[in-house]
Amino acid sequence: MGRVKTVTRRVFLVGSAAVTGGVVFGIWRYKTPYANPLLENLAEGEAALTPYVRIDRDGVTIIAPRAEMGQGIHTTLAAMVAEELDVALDAVRVEHGPASRAYFNGAILEEAIPIPATDVGRGAERARRLTHVPAKFLGMQVTGGSTSTVDGFVKMRKAGAAAREVLLTAAAEALGSERSGLVTEQGAVVAPDGRRLRYEALAERAAGIEPPGDPELRPSSEWKLLGRPQPRVDMVPKCTGAAEFSIDVRLPGMLHATVRRNPRLGAAMRGYDAATAETMPGVRHIVPLDDGVAVVASNTWYAFEAAKAISFDWEASAYPDSTDDHYEVVRAAFDGESDSRFRDEGDVDAALAEGADLEGEYRVPYLAHATMEPLNAVAWFRDGRLDIWAGNQMPTQAVKEGAALAGIDEERVRVHTTWMGGGFGRRAEMDFIRAAVSVAVALEGTPVKTTWSREEDTTHDCYRPLAMARYRARVEDGAAHTLELALSAPSVFESQFGRIGQSTMGPDGSIVQSAWDQPYSMTNYRVTGYRPPVMLPISSWRSVGASQNGFFHECIIDEMAHAAGRDPLDFRFDMLTDEVSRGVLEAAATMAGWGADLPPGRGMGVALVMSFGVPVAEIVEVVDTPNGIRILRVWAAVDVGTALDPRNIEAQVQSGIVFGLSAAMLNEITLSEGRVEQRNFHDYRLMRLDQVPAIEVRILENGHKIRGIGEPGTPPAAPALGNAIFAATGRRIRTLPFGRSVRFA
Amino acid sequence: MKLIVNGTAYEADVSGDMPLLWVLRDELGITGPKYGCGIGMCGACTVHVDGSPVRSCALPVAAVDGEVTTIEGLGTPDSLSAVQSAWIEHQVAQCGYCQPGQIMSAAALLAENAEPTDADIDRALSGNLCRCGTYPRIRAAVRTAAERLRGGA
Repeated sequence: MGRVKTVTRRVFLVGSAAVTGGVVFGIWRYKTPYANPLLENLAEGEAALTPYVRIDRDGVTIIAPRAEMGQGIHTTLAAMVAEELDVALDAVRVEHGPASRAYFNGAILEEAIPIPATDVGRGAERARRLTHVPAKFLGMQVTGGSTSTVDGFVKMRKAGAAAREVLLTAAAEALGSERSGLVTEQGAVVAPDGRRLRYEALAERAAGIEPPGDPELRPSSEWKLLGRPQPRVDMVPKCTGAAEFSIDVRLPGMLHATVRRNPRLGAAMRGYDAATAETMPGVRHIVPLDDGVAVVASNTWYAFEAAKAISFDWEASAYPDSTDDHYEVVRAAFDGESDSRFRDEGDVDAALAEGADLEGEYRVPYLAHATMEPLNAVAWFRDGRLDIWAGNQMPTQAVKEGAALAGIDEERVRVHTTWMGGGFGRRAEMDFIRAAVSVAVALEGTPVKTTWSREEDTTHDCYRPLAMARYRARVEDGAAHTLELALSAPSVFESQFGRIGQSTMGPDGSIVQSAWDQPYSMTNYRVTGYRPPVMLPISSWRSVGASQNGFFHECIIDEMAHAAGRDPLDFRFDMLTDEVSRGVLEAAATMAGWGADLPPGRGMGVALVMSFGVPVAEIVEVVDTPNGIRILRVWAAVDVGTALDPRNIEAQVQSGIVFGLSAAMLNEITLSEGRVEQRNFHDYRLMRLDQVPAIEVRILENGHKIRGIGEPGTPPAAPALGNAIFAATGRRIRTLPFGRSVRFA
Repeated sequence: MKLIVNGTAYEADVSGDMPLLWVLRDELGITGPKYGCGIGMCGACTVHVDGSPVRSCALPVAAVDGEVTTIEGLGTPDSLSAVQSAWIEHQVAQCGYCQPGQIMSAAALLAENAEPTDADIDRALSGNLCRCGTYPRIRAAVRTAAERLRGGA
């Protein structure tokens, strides 16, 4: 096993050499499936036909083993299974299911190799397929990178088809008839004579039948569910208060806790004085942690109040104290060695030897995830077993962390993944689970819910990194000629994987994500990544590096268009190299009526960003009013290759746009004396209904393969807004949030 | 401390300054109202007191002077209110965490104003944050619910 461990660690690193390393396991082992985790807890009369389909007397349950954090993935994954299994979505239960390596995300490393998404040649596709090998051996059940649909598209339909085949065989046995005459429909096998056998009635017999390894899938022309809007399986509970988030979990005798941890993130606690807190109403225990304390009480509010009454002696932070100092570190990295240079076409140095037409610097701040449900988890450690209830994006990691903290085997840990009140990357972190488990281990025998206050949540995030861009550009004869783009940001991969004990080597592609790989060509075109040290803990934040680089790259392209005296849309059309991207840009322009005369004070801005393989064009229209800039409308066109649920895709694109606009207008996390200054929604303001524009979305399906849409809507929002503000006011704002420079009405 | 919530009488042994939200959630097990900020800035905790929308995270339980209605009391999966039906028809919810508060704010608006303008809707619901950006569908669902309640199609 030692060797396996070494190699899997190495293959986790991003890059083609690393990926090849995974093949040493041999394809035979890769083809061997993980054991079906549902078989462990089966009651009599139940059958787990595949890891994704469980049937008992009450009916069919589909396991959708990805985090449902709002993106609608439980519905889409269930629809994939239901399509082949011939069950109605409203007639099945859909559950997240247990934590298991069997639910590894095979697609998670696909976009991590330095091949642009527009390259769909055989070599590129082969390299991507090879990333599934280390992904399997890592066995990480993880939701992120807009991969759930990509990963599930074949896997989940095969699970449905395999279960259907087993049920057909079971029905043939039960009826003593030939299998060939039997068909499946609406949760039953139907014989030529009209006899119907419900799947539930076949469960016991089916349990003994080996499912086929590679059943045939129906062509899309025969789909009944996929490709059409499906009512979300979580909609009714979420509109009636019946939905259970981890913050709603209740257990007998459960206590309520909260934490206060060093506001200088990562630094330890020297001491604390809880004399007053201990005497406050409802307080039961004060539990010291490495970098703070937990207060355990009979009610969350009692815990919150008592936690405020504790005084602390904190260690100083290991990183610089002020935001300006952090920017200085990021700026200084430009003078050091580069981290990556995935694009270097033509001769940039020669082209810029006699100066540039344009040059400058852009920057974006740290950002918080600010999920609506503050971080929390419930943990119960008793009889050498640990149960964890948590909305989380990485259940297999939660098992590991829980086992280590409780000092028990991983087999003794059960993770119950609930629906989550927002994720956006935050719930791929383990800190809130570790805090809850630490408290539960200290209070062995008692279930405890540990809820962070909004203030603790905002000040103890793993943030979107701050980042800077420097550029020098030349235009010639009304066209883009040369762009040198240098990007500096602390490494998300290093920070994030470091926290779960994985080391990374090689460049961090997220530093240049959605900048080096955009579907444009120029005579001279160079994108270089620089990597300052990690300071504040940082993490994936909806669309990761594309969240900053989309802004940098597309505002700079806009600047070049204006410098060339060209219409920004035509300018982009001239340099496009990808027909799928052209399609979305044309669609957005048509929807917006781009090119029509606008009244004075109005302006439209366009941005095209490809992220996670999805080209998204967005056009924002603003008006400059006496009360400030008002966003009037947004038009967006996306291409996901195959649209499984158009209404949900529309929702995700609107969601991504609001998320991106909110950040661009208002959001920043700043530091003073090593502490995050923003604490709650009064000083970390989010877009509200009265500022939200009408948003129109078009979905195209010209792309070469199916893609996920949880993130790609976000990156074009900020540059489209910035370009619109420029069009309306003539002001080019290169620092986010825009709200520092202009008012919004 | 005596309370009537969704038509049921409860008694809770808590400090009078405990916000109503935490009495509902941790003492009575009524978890539809959500904790989001604790300072009345996000609206996830919105409930009705005698029909008026209040931020239960910032209202001491001792100051509650009427009957409390939460999302659970507005309608159930088997007996949906008009606002909840409209929410489902428009498939509004994404993560769903803020939606009980959004729905309670919308229901209070429509009880008071049968024909809200878009500006009325924006004003009434701007105290409710949604991080998933379901806002366009919230607007559409409120309009649909208003039509239904007026007896339209």
